[in-house]
This record gives sequence, C-alpha cells and structure tokens, in this order.
Amino acid sequence: MATAAALPTKAPADNRLKMLDAAMTRHRHQPDALIEILHTAQELYGYLDLDCLKYVGRCLKVPPSRVYGVATFYNVFTLKPRGEHTCVVCLGTACYVKGTATILSALEREHHLEVGGTTPDGTLSLVSARCLGACGLAPVLVFDQEIAGRVTAETALARTRNWMEQP
Amino acid sequence: MSVTTLTMNGTLVSAAEGATLLAVAREHHIPIPTLCHFEGLSEVGACRLCLVEVEGSNRLQAACMTKAVEGMTVTTNSETLRSYRRQIVELLLAERNHVCAVCVANHTCELQNLAVSMGVHHVRYEPQAPQLSMDASHPRWILDHNRCVLCTRCVRVCDEIEGAHTWDLMGRGRHTLVISDLHEPWGQSESCTSCGKCVRVCPTGALFEKGTSATNKDPHFVTYLKMAREQKLWNR
Repeated sequence: MATAAALPTKAPADNRLKMLDAAMTRHRHQPDALIEILHTAQELYGYLDLDCLKYVGRCLKVPPSRVYGVATFYNVFTLKPRGEHTCVVCLGTACYVKGTATILSALEREHHLEVGGTTPDGTLSLVSARCLGACGLAPVLVFDQEIAGRVTAETALARTRNWMEQP
Repeated sequence: MSVTTLTMNGTLVSAAEGATLLAVAREHHIPIPTLCHFEGLSEVGACRLCLVEVEGSNRLQAACMTKAVEGMTVTTNSETLRSYRRQIVELLLAERNHVCAVCVANHTCELQNLAVSMGVHHVRYEPQAPQLSMDASHPRWILDHNRCVLCTRCVRVCDEIEGAHTWDLMGRGRHTLVISDLHEPWGQSESCTSCGKCVRVCPTGALFEKGTSATNKDPHFVTYLKMAREQKLWNR
C-alpha cells in the first residue's frame, strides 16, 4: 500500500494530503469514487501530477492506466500546473458561430500559446471548453471564475494583457 | 432455458434467451462484419460495423450489443447498411496510417480483409496521417499507434483474461491513444506480465512481435483459454 511518501514533497508541509485521504475515506475507498477524488485532488493541488494519480489509483484499487485515462478524458482535469490566471474560450456552436475561433487565435498569437498551454512565466493559461450553457451571451469567455458575454477580440486581449503586465 | 424466435433476413431463426443478434447470426451462418468484437471478450459496440436494421426502430442497432427479442424482425444486409459499413472502413483507413504494403499485418489484417470484402479500392476521405509515435521499449513487442483502430481488444483481453489491466485509453476523439500504465513506455510497465495476449488479439499491425515480418493471429485462443479456466476443458 502506498504511503504518504509516494506524493511529492515540493510543497511545504501542509494538510492537503490529509484532506485527500479524508475524502477517500469518506467514499470508503470505493473504485467508483475515482472522478470525485480526482476533483478533490485537483482542487487541493491545482493540477494532477503522476505521483498523485498513482497514489489515488492505489488507494481506490483502480489500475493506473484507467486513472490516467479518466484524468485525460475529461477537460476539467489538467496534468500540468495551470497558470495564475485562466482564460477559458467557449467553442460551443453558438459561440463558435459568433466568432470565438477568431478570438482564440488572436489570444494564441498575442501570447504565443496553443490552447491548453500556459505562458512560460506561469501567468496565463489558455483553455477551451465546449458550451458553458450561456449561449444567450455568445461569444462567451471566462476570465478566472468570471463569465464574460459578448466578448470581442479587443476586450479579450485587453483583459489578458492586463494580467500579463501586472501578474 | 427458454428459446426466442425472431426473423432474420426473412427467415425464422431461434435463439437462446439473452443471446445477442450477432451471436444468433453467427450461429445461423449469417455473415455480419465486425472489428471490435472478439470471441471470449466483452462487447463494447465501438466499431459500429455490425449495425443492423431492426423493424420498428428508426435507428440502426449494433448487433453485438442488441439482445434478441421474441418476434423481432432484423435485416443484416441492405444497401443502406453496406454503404454505412463501407464508409466506416474508409474512415478507419483515413484516420491514421494504413499502408498495407509496408505493414507487418499485410494479409493477416482484419481491417484489410474487411476493406477487401467490401470492395474498398479507394478512400474518399483525406488521410489524416497524424505522425504518431511507436513504442518499442518492450523486449518482445512493438506498439505502433499509427496502425491502431482503437478497437480496445488489447485493453479488454488484458483486463478480462490476463487480469493485469496494463492497457487503457487516454484522451478523447482523434487524440485517443492506447496507453500502458500512466502513459509510460510499455517496457517499463510494472503491471505488464508480458503474456502477449494483446498482441495476439490485435486486428491490425498496431501490436506486433519484434523481428518478424508477419504477425501471429489466433482468433480462437481466447475462447480456448476461457473454457480451460472456467470449465477445465482444454479443447484445442
């Protein structure tokens, strides 16, 4: 059985591992709680690294390949640390028709990023999503946790430039 | 055990209760093309080649996943079905890299056989040719993602027969890949028992033995293994 040592010790001693263990205990270490636990792990650590996936897999008695498969299947999970700020571009049908593809490529060009990437200084992550359920506001972007409707390439660039200038 | 009676291609056929349409068709020597189906493994209904028409349903049903029901009327071969199946094979051929002339599975490949039997001479779609990697880290076998059709036979045989669950799928859509453990090189996998079952069930040249020019396929060995394990009958 894996011990606490299986997790990276990069971060200062904290109780995040304890909270992860508590979440798993709450689910009685049932294999079908995998997605739930991955959510908890990502909330705690900000992303899912390989040691964390291995640890969760062992504790829930799920093979590592399945844990990795689930973590890469769902867009909400990320295996790389996210930047300090996140910009989500909706590529759902309504937003796409209203031109989010242009906004996305403008952002990619401006920050030399590809979708799913993070700037080298760790300030900005660019993410895409399939429909946020706010089609009436199309085109929709999410700046950190805040939803912005009827966005243009200019306003999107202004927001992200602002982040880049004062991280 | 009660018996179900249904009509398949205009003839009355009998089926054991709970049997799938595919099993019924096979029993009565009615050909239905398949790719992800493998005798002895669970069904996933992924390839959609076994689609059949069921009277009273306006959508096509995968024969491997649909249970035979009393009084059902099924058509396994029609112009629509042939055109869809052909299209599926063409899409599979276009999705990755299937150049038969330089493939180890040439002449033993199930995808190639399907294409030949359906008369697929040309592929109408632009080849995606995604330039995927190969994993040759295992001492005996090679995994070539470029030839993979994502049928998940290797994943299922590893999980259900060997019990190791080394393989699984990662990602989604066109970025889906078969991976071992945490997307680690196969040769470094801690869970792999090097039993070689995945290589034997692979329908294409995605999994093959090093140093060979032709792969060794054996469509009956999983059934044999299951019988041996569950009924103690080594019926080879």
